[in-house]
Amino acid sequence: MTELPSTSNATTPDVAAASVFPASAATLSRRKLRHFKDKLAAVSIAVGGLGVIAAVLLIFLYLVYEVMPLFRGAVIQEVSEFRLQEQDNSRVLHLALEERLAVAMRLGEDGQAVYFNTADGAVVSRIPLQIPVGQTISSFALDTDVSGIVALGLSGGDVLIAQYAYDVTFGVNNARIVTPVIRYPFGSEPYDMFNDEPVSRLSVRSGTGELMLAGTSSSGVVTLLRARRETNLFSAFNAPSDSDWEVETATLNGVIPSVDQLYLDVDRRWLFALGATGRLSMVDVRPAFTGGTSVIEEEVLLVESPLQLTEVSFLLGGISLLVGDSSGNVSQWFLVRRDGNFAIEKVRDFDAGGRVVALSPEQRRKNFVTANEQGYIGIYNSTAHRQVAYEQLVTGVPETIAVSARGDGILIETTTGNFSFWSIENRHPEVSWEALWQEVWYENYQEPEYIWQSSAANNDFEPKYSLAPLSFGTLKAAFYAMLLAAPLAVCGAIFTGYFMAPAMRQNVKPLIELMEALPTVVLGFLAGLWLAPFLENNLLGVFSLLILTPIGILLAAFAWSRLPDSIRYRVPAGWEAGLLIPVILLVGMLSFAMSGPIELAFFGGDMRSWITNDLGIAYDQRNAMVVGFAMGFAVIPTIFSIAEDAVFTVPRQLTYGSLALGATPWQTLSRVVLPTASPGIFSALMIGMGRAVGETMIVLMATGNTPIMDINIFEGMRTLAANIAVEVPESEVDSTHYRILFLAALVLFMFTFVVNTLAEIIRQRLRRKYSTI
Amino acid sequence: MTTIRNFFASGTPWIWANAGAVAISIIMTVGLLLLLAINGLGHFWPKDLMLAQYLQPTTSGEALPREIIGERVDWEEVPAERIISSGIPVDEAQPLYARELIKIGNRDLNGSDFTWLLSDFLSDIRYPENLTAFERREWGNFYGYVREVKEAGNSVVTSDPENPDDAAAWNELQVRIKRALAIHEEIVTLEKVEIGEVNHALERLRLRQRGLELRDQTTPESLAEIAAERAKWDSYYETLQTRLNMLYDDIERDTVIMLAMNDQNTEISLSDIVRAYQPNGMHIGNKLVVYAQKLWEFLSDEPREANTEGGIFPAIFGTVTMVLLMSVFVSPFGVIAAVYLREYARQGFVTRAIRIAVNNLAGVPSIVYGVFGLGFFIYFLGAEVDQAFYTEALPAPTFGTPGLLWASLTLALLTVPVVIVSTEEGLARIPRSLREGSLALGATKFETLWRVVLPMASPAMMTGLILAVARAAGEVAPLMLVGVVKLAPALPIDGNYPYFHLDQKFMHLGFHIYDVGFQSPNVEAARPLVFATALLLVIVIATLNQLAVSIRNRLREKFKALDM
Repeated sequence: MTELPSTSNATTPDVAAASVFPASAATLSRRKLRHFKDKLAAVSIAVGGLGVIAAVLLIFLYLVYEVMPLFRGAVIQEVSEFRLQEQDNSRVLHLALEERLAVAMRLGEDGQAVYFNTADGAVVSRIPLQIPVGQTISSFALDTDVSGIVALGLSGGDVLIAQYAYDVTFGVNNARIVTPVIRYPFGSEPYDMFNDEPVSRLSVRSGTGELMLAGTSSSGVVTLLRARRETNLFSAFNAPSDSDWEVETATLNGVIPSVDQLYLDVDRRWLFALGATGRLSMVDVRPAFTGGTSVIEEEVLLVESPLQLTEVSFLLGGISLLVGDSSGNVSQWFLVRRDGNFAIEKVRDFDAGGRVVALSPEQRRKNFVTANEQGYIGIYNSTAHRQVAYEQLVTGVPETIAVSARGDGILIETTTGNFSFWSIENRHPEVSWEALWQEVWYENYQEPEYIWQSSAANNDFEPKYSLAPLSFGTLKAAFYAMLLAAPLAVCGAIFTGYFMAPAMRQNVKPLIELMEALPTVVLGFLAGLWLAPFLENNLLGVFSLLILTPIGILLAAFAWSRLPDSIRYRVPAGWEAGLLIPVILLVGMLSFAMSGPIELAFFGGDMRSWITNDLGIAYDQRNAMVVGFAMGFAVIPTIFSIAEDAVFTVPRQLTYGSLALGATPWQTLSRVVLPTASPGIFSALMIGMGRAVGETMIVLMATGNTPIMDINIFEGMRTLAANIAVEVPESEVDSTHYRILFLAALVLFMFTFVVNTLAEIIRQRLRRKYSTI
Repeated sequence: MTTIRNFFASGTPWIWANAGAVAISIIMTVGLLLLLAINGLGHFWPKDLMLAQYLQPTTSGEALPREIIGERVDWEEVPAERIISSGIPVDEAQPLYARELIKIGNRDLNGSDFTWLLSDFLSDIRYPENLTAFERREWGNFYGYVREVKEAGNSVVTSDPENPDDAAAWNELQVRIKRALAIHEEIVTLEKVEIGEVNHALERLRLRQRGLELRDQTTPESLAEIAAERAKWDSYYETLQTRLNMLYDDIERDTVIMLAMNDQNTEISLSDIVRAYQPNGMHIGNKLVVYAQKLWEFLSDEPREANTEGGIFPAIFGTVTMVLLMSVFVSPFGVIAAVYLREYARQGFVTRAIRIAVNNLAGVPSIVYGVFGLGFFIYFLGAEVDQAFYTEALPAPTFGTPGLLWASLTLALLTVPVVIVSTEEGLARIPRSLREGSLALGATKFETLWRVVLPMASPAMMTGLILAVARAAGEVAPLMLVGVVKLAPALPIDGNYPYFHLDQKFMHLGFHIYDVGFQSPNVEAARPLVFATALLLVIVIATLNQLAVSIRNRLREKFKALDM
């Protein structure tokens, strides 16, 4: 590296003016102009140069900037604090926020739905529910906040089903006008459940055109009620009237000993009955309606005494049950199928900080909000097992909380009737270290697993953002590629750099450079459309080729050494590679020619089906072997060039010395050249690895892109890079999914950057070492 | 035994093993190029059309002979077991059966273009000279005999398919196809250029009006002016439409009745035919002419049938435009950065670190650049640009969506390390004595740089640029995110203001390969075209690389002489 002249040559204008050279005014001004130009150029080049470098560094910063919000917690800000105008003293049954947060609804024990402004508590409207005269509300159940359907158990044994909702109209200038309404989608007449006994416990589940109620009377009888819309030809044309509902009831007598709470699951199949001791009994309700007897299928103790259950709620989707207890622990439970039976199992625990007094799930994400008796509010994501916020928001004891549909607002009512309304910014609760890199127990799965499944059709879907299968796929692809590329490239580089005749080297080098220039999309296309079916049809031929080629080469070498000198001397040393080309072609033809008969004799004519049927190994047409070949091909020239450089630049004095001392060429290579060049070869391998890890098109085209974790060479994989290429165009900007893909890009960037930097430092050190020899 | 022991002790086998690695690499590279060349170039050759009888055994025992007309495409051997399991009762005693893939064309009649036939049951194979192949705009190729040419439903001339010497209909057909092609050309020009211009003008009028409305500057005069102009374009459009309808009536005038295999008669409109030839009757010279025509069509024409037929001109054009635009960004900035690092920056730890970092950026996966381009250029910068300058088009994004400009910028970022490294190397090679000579003569540093150093380093810059272009031309992954589409409705450069549409999406050779090879519904038919596209891409990139290498070598020689 030549040292450059320093900047001292640039003289300042003052010095120039005092120069010994005679100068007219014109020359002086010209000189000034020249110096001005010089300075200007220096400044603009510096600005431009640093600008380009900054622009390149911007990539890193921008990726970090996009990823950062993932790990930020929720931000909670107070909006208002108020008491309801014309406050009544009835206990609150349910509290709900409208989607745009402007209006909230409070359903009181007096049977009135009060809609009020969340800014100041001004009452917007007050709608009394159609409770029959003479009855009072004795129990309450909510279907979900999403449907807004509530069931009111009445003192006369009736149950009234109502739905709180909002009519949204658009006025002048597209102003949004929200009118609160109460609807009765299952008829405005109450259902008669217990003749005259008050309904003491109740649970409700609704589906399209179907409703199920489970309740207990004050004497402890558990009754189920199912209402279904009668489907007759005319019902579609008529407004639904009460008579359209076909009602069936069933009684579970003596099945469940003591019932404190009842919960129906989302499929209206399981009834979860909670006893006072914290025992959960699970009953299949279907036999009760078909004339059979329902029995307890499974029992489990949700909390150990002396702890008590305080709050229980379903998570979004109705699969998981959240159980809050008096110690401040919230646990998540769901049904797991084991050996054909269902079991209720605890999945994970959350710490709510103190006796849980309110628990509410979010309506669109797997989040839930807890309130403890000290007034602390906690926001959690169940899948990610993450607490995104934990703050004391009220001083009194919270009575109930309402979470808005988008999870961006929370309304708290305390036992003293104070309301406080907070806005929440909680964009990416689904991400945590655990969710990204560890096994996660997802709903409907039997055990914790690594899964990447970023999107689905419905809203209840639990996104599965495990980067583990993608990283595994990346490393698997790189591993198989290196398996082919490393030996070929390094051996080839050693031969080319040390043994090969200069004349041949001059031709081989450009060929390898050409190989490096091949667009990966071409390699991917060949791998996917030509190599994959070829391998599938000629598996045995390829395997025998892999085995026979080394044998063939050794045999050829031996045969050559036994040839008379007169023939051997005709080919100068260093042309072995050229001699081997026909040998390898011959071996190749032999392998494929004999594979047919061998396949017929041993593998029933088709090795591929033999692998699947007899060995029981899954075989994808586009698999890791195809990727190994194609990506290996792409990586060979990268490794080759750098390794060859390292071998070739080993100072000649060293090798000549070794040879002069009587070592054979091979001894010189293995004892002198390789140890000296090994850091260079190592850095070549690292750079090759970096390239294999980041390669997109080959993997995209040559595998099935299924994110599985299986080392099987006959199955495919999905890599980080291919995943980005497939999913980024479809992900919503700034969503969690989008940012996780950016995170994947950042991981790739960091990995290759670190690997390449290490390799580069090793190479530079090596170069400095050579220059001293 | 001792010979073998000695043989291994000498280390020779290991040397040979290493030589084997080189040989394998060479075979792989050359083999790959040959594979591409054979498959890619072979596609355009007018293959002979076979006529044969096919009698395949069936499970029910009754045999139905079929007539087959088609091109042989592929051949392979399959175990008898697999054939039996697919429902054809062949003799198990014969372990392997040969089967061949025949392109039977006539997708409108047969449902699919290709069929696998067992060679053993093909008989009576002939190559009649009057078998005709049509390349059509829809439904793929058609193979059959010309029976009758019709004009406006009335028979003009008929031929007997059984008599190969009766070429009357064929001769008449060729003349009429020429006429139809000429009309088709006119229709395309009318639709693409003239009606395109009208649409473009109307769209600009709409945007102008919307812009005025947004800025509250609408006056009755300006609205009247816009309305008048719109009326002018509308009436022009009317005249174009009438002319177009006339041309469509014209092109639909002639039809031909064809006799396909198994005595099926079908009528084909000449407007559907791109090319007709009788390969069996052609001698090698004629075949070469058709070959050249097809090759030229491939390079210069637009794709047909969901990109599986026709040419790839828009993809070539898109690639070239994108790469040129990228060069405009990458060369000045890359050179400035290199000059700064080598000539102006103080050589120390920081400069060395920056140099390593820049070097390594070349190794960062290209998809990362794509993600950056999408997030930063398109969603961030593009959205800002739209807010500032293209408010009248909102909510439809102008620059806030993938397009040519962003793709070029992304690739410029991707390739700038290549230019920097190469230019720096060139600068480092210039002997110090030259610089000192210039400085000693009183030149300022910038003058030395501008007059002495940069001209001498220009081949190195050229090398860097060529390498950058070669890399950019082959890159697909980032482009998939920032602007490439499978089928662009228009070229990024055309006759409509502002002539160079930086915001437009474009087609790209590499993406074309990916898309046609993997997303196309008829992969079998598209495969040869993909091979040809891949070959073209490889040739372009290999040429660019060889150019860069030879410039680099010449440069080295030159400075070797100077160093003496």
